[in-house]
Amino acid sequence: MVTAMRTMKEKTRRDLTLTVLFVIFVAILLQVANVKFDSYQKQVLSLMAIYGIMAVSLNLVNGITGVFSLGHAGFILLGAYTSALLTIPPEQKAMIFIIEPAHPFIANLHTDFFTATIVAGGISALGAFIIGFPVLRLSGDYLAIASLGFSEVLRILALNLQSITNGSLGLKGIPNHTNIWWSWGWLLVTVLFIVSLVKSSYGRALLAIRENPIAAEAMGINVFKHTLLSFVISAFFAGVSGSLYAHWLTTIDPRITTFGPVLTYYVLIMVVLGGLGSVSGSIIGAILFAFLMEWLRMFEQPFTLFGRQYPAIQGMRMLVLSVLFVVTMIVWKRGLFGRAEITWDGIRKLMKKFRRSGSR
Amino acid sequence: MSLNPTILIQNLLNGLMVGGLYALIAVGYTMVYGILRLINFAFGDVMVMGIYFAYYGATLIRLSFPLAVTVSLAGTALLGIVIDRLAYKPLRNSPRISALITAIGVSFFIESFAVVFFGPNYKPFLDALENKTIAFESFVIGNVYLPKIIFIILGITAIALFILFVIVYRTKIGMAMRAISADIPTTSLMGINVDNVIGFTFAISSALAALAGVMWALRYPSFYPYTGFVPGLKAFIAAVFGGIGSIGGAVVGGILLGVIEMMIITLFPTLMQYKDAFAFIILIVILLVKPAGLLGKRTVEKV
Repeated sequence: MVTAMRTMKEKTRRDLTLTVLFVIFVAILLQVANVKFDSYQKQVLSLMAIYGIMAVSLNLVNGITGVFSLGHAGFILLGAYTSALLTIPPEQKAMIFIIEPAHPFIANLHTDFFTATIVAGGISALGAFIIGFPVLRLSGDYLAIASLGFSEVLRILALNLQSITNGSLGLKGIPNHTNIWWSWGWLLVTVLFIVSLVKSSYGRALLAIRENPIAAEAMGINVFKHTLLSFVISAFFAGVSGSLYAHWLTTIDPRITTFGPVLTYYVLIMVVLGGLGSVSGSIIGAILFAFLMEWLRMFEQPFTLFGRQYPAIQGMRMLVLSVLFVVTMIVWKRGLFGRAEITWDGIRKLMKKFRRSGSR
Repeated sequence: MSLNPTILIQNLLNGLMVGGLYALIAVGYTMVYGILRLINFAFGDVMVMGIYFAYYGATLIRLSFPLAVTVSLAGTALLGIVIDRLAYKPLRNSPRISALITAIGVSFFIESFAVVFFGPNYKPFLDALENKTIAFESFVIGNVYLPKIIFIILGITAIALFILFVIVYRTKIGMAMRAISADIPTTSLMGINVDNVIGFTFAISSALAALAGVMWALRYPSFYPYTGFVPGLKAFIAAVFGGIGSIGGAVVGGILLGVIEMMIITLFPTLMQYKDAFAFIILIVILLVKPAGLLGKRTVEKV
């Protein structure tokens, strides 16, 4: 018993060391990329991490708590607008709010990027707290539609609150703060936070709710409180990703294709591709999605295939991705990882298997 | 606040018309939900495909408008069957959430398909009409202008709903549909081909959505691949409002939703821009106060 505990402890310590080494390794890779890559490639690399944060945070609600929310785009929008209003310098604001001058409170706000991102997360979390009260009392499909509805309401507000959001003109000239370090750094924070949450007693409760809410309630878990908690935490990181996204795009507007349900669908595709319920799956799904999005861009310019010239096809990326999405759901139901995670134990086992088959 | 009776009457009619269109789509949601417990997210997009089929039928192939609409109805009915067979049938025994995600995927696919093949820009639907003036003619009673098109749409909606009720409550296949929504395994033991009946349900509800789409486009003539999103969601809300699973409820819910929306705008014109937000607030209130909807049956979840 004691030895078993010791080996357990040793194992956790070894895994921790491996994790730290892995993070350092990724950091070195990113530094190399930062030096060697051109600015377009660096942009894509940042986008991967931003998508990663969106996917991991959606996965907390949809995959781990098992509550099917479709309101992610709303929280991303809330974060994006909050932080953009905080970082755009007052002189710039005076220039972009042409139809109606900005509300005096907003016109003079100015903070640095880090504070703006934290505030963005906070406002999104607050929004989730308020929206969560009615929405999380529903279940299943109704919850999905109601959360989608609320994210649309937020978008309609952004479209019409002229003196706060500049309406349909959107916000232009957001400083281009998001770089590889900010985005990957926040991804690390998100993953650390959500993984430790899942491993804590709260996380166990969330998993119990996913498996069977009624049984969980019977075991003394306050289902509503726990789902609300996961909803709020998810919204916080959605807000953070929104802030990073706004400072990556540098222009945001409330069109249906920017912050509408389409964005929620994107994030859903990432999570489903990676495996609903798996944090590592969500990250890999996000990276894959960002890569495909950029790679498929070649179809939206004139391209050659098998020696023949074709004209550019508008919207081809979405078509390919939506087909991939539907096919994943039908044929390959569990995505890349299912609910499994990449763990050091898993890698060790895999390596052992390789070695054995190699020596044979 | 001064309430102008002319505007009141016009908006009431408008509300009835929009509500009727919501009802046509809501009936589709409710029938599919009643049978499969699946929100077919794609109905809004099927509706847009109906508009595109009618538009291209009339402009590219130069069919007469009624013929183009007929072709569009047949085309979308087929589309409905294809969607069911390819996307939903393989998932009949999976968790309900996978079917919902797939439905979102299908909706996303149809939107992207329309962007690629029909272009992302707005198109003028009235080009499909030989005689465009019909869309602008009005009956004039005193100083009240009542657009003719509204009455045409109301009439066609009423006829379509009547035919639907006859099919569902007075024919054999309708009886099969109702039986399936009560109990699928038992129905199949009675020698009914469940898949065919489900296919038929998809065909009818898609054709109704297309009809609603064409009439929607007659009233709001410019359309693009995402046009169906908001009416689709609202029709779903209407179905929930009336009590999902109940066809009568969908009709009542649709018409009420349309009228309430228009009345709110009439009473508070400053809220005009927030029109699309009301439906969602109504949805939340209904779900919290009367979860089974106006005409729905309360079901108790057994553990």
